[in-house]
Amino acid sequence: MADSVSSPSGQQDEGETRRDFLLVTTATVGVVGVALAAWPFIHSMNPAADTLAVATTGVDLAPIDPGQRITVMWRGKPVFISHRTEAEIEAARAAALGDLMHPEPDDARVVEPQWLVVVGVCTHLGCIPLGQRSGDPRGEYQGWFCPCHGSHYDTSGRIRRGPAPTNLEVPPYEFVDDTTIQIG
Amino acid sequence: MAEYTWKSPTVRWVDERMPVFTLMREHLVDYPSPKNLNYWWNFGSLAGIVLVIMIVTGIFLAMHYTAHVDHAFESVQRIMRDVNYGWLVRYIHMNGASFFFIVVYIHIFRGLYYGSYKPPRELLWMIGVIILLVMMATAFTGYVLPWGQMSFWGATVITSLFSAIPLVGDDIVVWLWGGFSVDNPTLNRFFALHYLMPFIIFALVFLHLWALHTKKSNNPLGIDIKGPQDTIPFSPYYTIKDLFGLGVLLIFFLGFSFFAPDFFGEPDNYMKADPLQTPAHIVPEWYFLPFYAILRAFTFDIWFLSAKLLGVIAMFGSILILLFLPWLDRSPVRSGRFRPVFKVFFWLFVLNCFVLGVVGGNPAEGFWIPLSQASTAYYFGYFLVILPLLGIFEKPLALPSSISEAVVSKGHSPVPEAAE
Repeated sequence: MADSVSSPSGQQDEGETRRDFLLVTTATVGVVGVALAAWPFIHSMNPAADTLAVATTGVDLAPIDPGQRITVMWRGKPVFISHRTEAEIEAARAAALGDLMHPEPDDARVVEPQWLVVVGVCTHLGCIPLGQRSGDPRGEYQGWFCPCHGSHYDTSGRIRRGPAPTNLEVPPYEFVDDTTIQIG
Repeated sequence: MAEYTWKSPTVRWVDERMPVFTLMREHLVDYPSPKNLNYWWNFGSLAGIVLVIMIVTGIFLAMHYTAHVDHAFESVQRIMRDVNYGWLVRYIHMNGASFFFIVVYIHIFRGLYYGSYKPPRELLWMIGVIILLVMMATAFTGYVLPWGQMSFWGATVITSLFSAIPLVGDDIVVWLWGGFSVDNPTLNRFFALHYLMPFIIFALVFLHLWALHTKKSNNPLGIDIKGPQDTIPFSPYYTIKDLFGLGVLLIFFLGFSFFAPDFFGEPDNYMKADPLQTPAHIVPEWYFLPFYAILRAFTFDIWFLSAKLLGVIAMFGSILILLFLPWLDRSPVRSGRFRPVFKVFFWLFVLNCFVLGVVGGNPAEGFWIPLSQASTAYYFGYFLVILPLLGIFEKPLALPSSISEAVVSKGHSPVPEAAE
């Protein structure tokens, strides 16, 4: 192989020449090199270390009465925390999975049943659903109602009617102690 | 070059409607280049590549930079510590400035030695001088952005130069600052201009290439291309030679960026700008040192001209004089190879530029002052006295009759390689 590539007669007999080989290897090394060099630039647009360092939010749940909802900021987005009443928990559990647009049982969406924690961003096009403040419309299922395109969420933050494709996202969180959670 | 038929139907479809592929082929592949270009001819394309690297790294830095006196320094430190690979992007940009000037200065000295500024390439040369000026303005405004001590005091000193202009000087300085000292308005406009000017350079590079490809490349013999036997196509011969040169450049450029990233920098610039405290010894970046030396060489008034004004005129004049070079050097022989006397003065000129650089980096006191004055005198004397006189009195060596004859008859080395 090496002989035929380097001998002049071999160059004419075969379709491939030493120059073709050099061209292809050079181009390959060039393309791989540019691709590798591009990575630091692409990665520089990802969240920086200081941005990631403030990516968790701690919340004290003690002052929230049953039936109350509060909004906290986590990674620049609102997180809805709902201290659910027995009736609300019951309503969330009563829904038959077959009736849901995005079937998820309520206990898969909560750690402690009285606390529902969801990202308050409508999964349709990113608006903030209403229902946090008393007097807000809460939609047909007493959860949240998105005013942009009319999505109705239930007391488990699940989509029940409207254009949103999925339930409100449950952020990763854990209980640090009985009345404090850390989101993120 | 015969009409070329593109194989790909898509390429042909575009090319019939807008002959962009034909244009690229004409200028990047078929372009008839002198057979005898040596490695000093690599530096034009290298400068173009460094410009692209600077623009790319600069755009990514701008995504993280904040042009405000309260945040600029911190945002740069954030780039260095927190942004993914931010240290790498910034170090490439920082060292890229130095290597841009290294490459461009070699490119200019090559033109000076081989007479690339002589007819018919005067306009090509003059566009190059304008590119150098815009480059310097870009480098200066860029150096201010990190808002370190040297950024701030460098900006203060250089903008204050304009106060030397009679009558309107002080008003001009206030206008440049947008206030009564270098402050937030100054930083904002410097950022805007620093982002703008590279694209002006990019456009000027196209004019530079247009002029080059109209009159074709000069060559180490400095004689005209007489026919196809004197040329080879740009691709693959010079594309591959330029690529090899790029590899060598990147070894040094990235070597410094990775292993000695602050070699060219000033430690003072890692201290945040403090308008109440001037560093003990203000120096510009190394690539401005020769001009800084010329600025400070004038310690005496001449007639009604103050020393300050003379220094400013001389500093700008030291670059602007290059615009007139095609008419100052009247020797009909382009290449320094065939000019035995010119050659001596040329290498003295190169040495003198290094001396000016060393002088510019040292405090203006004692022995350095007369040295700066002698070097400044030689700098201007070279252009205003030596070159015009050599055009009259120097007897050049006999020129070869053609490029191909010189290449073929003497093998790889047509003449003793004094310049290389």
